[in-house]
Amino acid sequence: MKNWLLGVVLACAIPACVTINIYFPAAAAEKAADKIIDDVWQLKNGSAKPDANEQAEPAAK
Amino acid sequence: MKKLLVAVMLLISVSASQFVAAAADMEVNTPAISAIKNSMQSRHAQLAAFYANGAVGLTKDGLIAVRDANAVPLAQRGALAALVKDENADRGKLYKEIALANGHPEWQPEIQSTFAGRWIDKAQSGWWVQGAGGWTQK
Repeated sequence: MKNWLLGVVLACAIPACVTINIYFPAAAAEKAADKIIDDVWQLKNGSAKPDANEQAEPAAK
Repeated sequence: MKKLLVAVMLLISVSASQFVAAAADMEVNTPAISAIKNSMQSRHAQLAAFYANGAVGLTKDGLIAVRDANAVPLAQRGALAALVKDENADRGKLYKEIALANGHPEWQPEIQSTFAGRWIDKAQSGWWVQGAGGWTQK
């Protein structure tokens, strides 16, 4: 009976792990991309070196 | 009783897997990624003018390309080509490093295509971007 129980738990847990590992987190990737692009293009106010040109960018979107 | 136990364990394993998936965030704060980001940020000061005058456009594969060399004086074209080449090298490295930082080198193409969409979305109006049908001006 215990073996059977263990089997059920493993059957549920192992596919779950595999799913997590092969799944591409598209939403997380978009969030990460946005953060990096904002930094590179300095789109967010309060970044290291804002100047007049860069501060105008969010309004231009 | 046994059935209850099984049900509880099932619930735990299912909810635990959801928790792990929900908590998944992309790691982008490694020294390698920061270094590439800084390099791209300082290069952007030079590239911004070329995006604005249409000499350089954002490609659909997450890179940049010389779109209209005639927008740039002949004397500057060599420098422009070098700038584009360096930027694309950095972008390639960036996508690779993000995939590596997250333990999935095989994610690089998906990361690159995610960035491709976001670069174009965030491009300023007037900049040239590449769509399925070719270059368009935002």
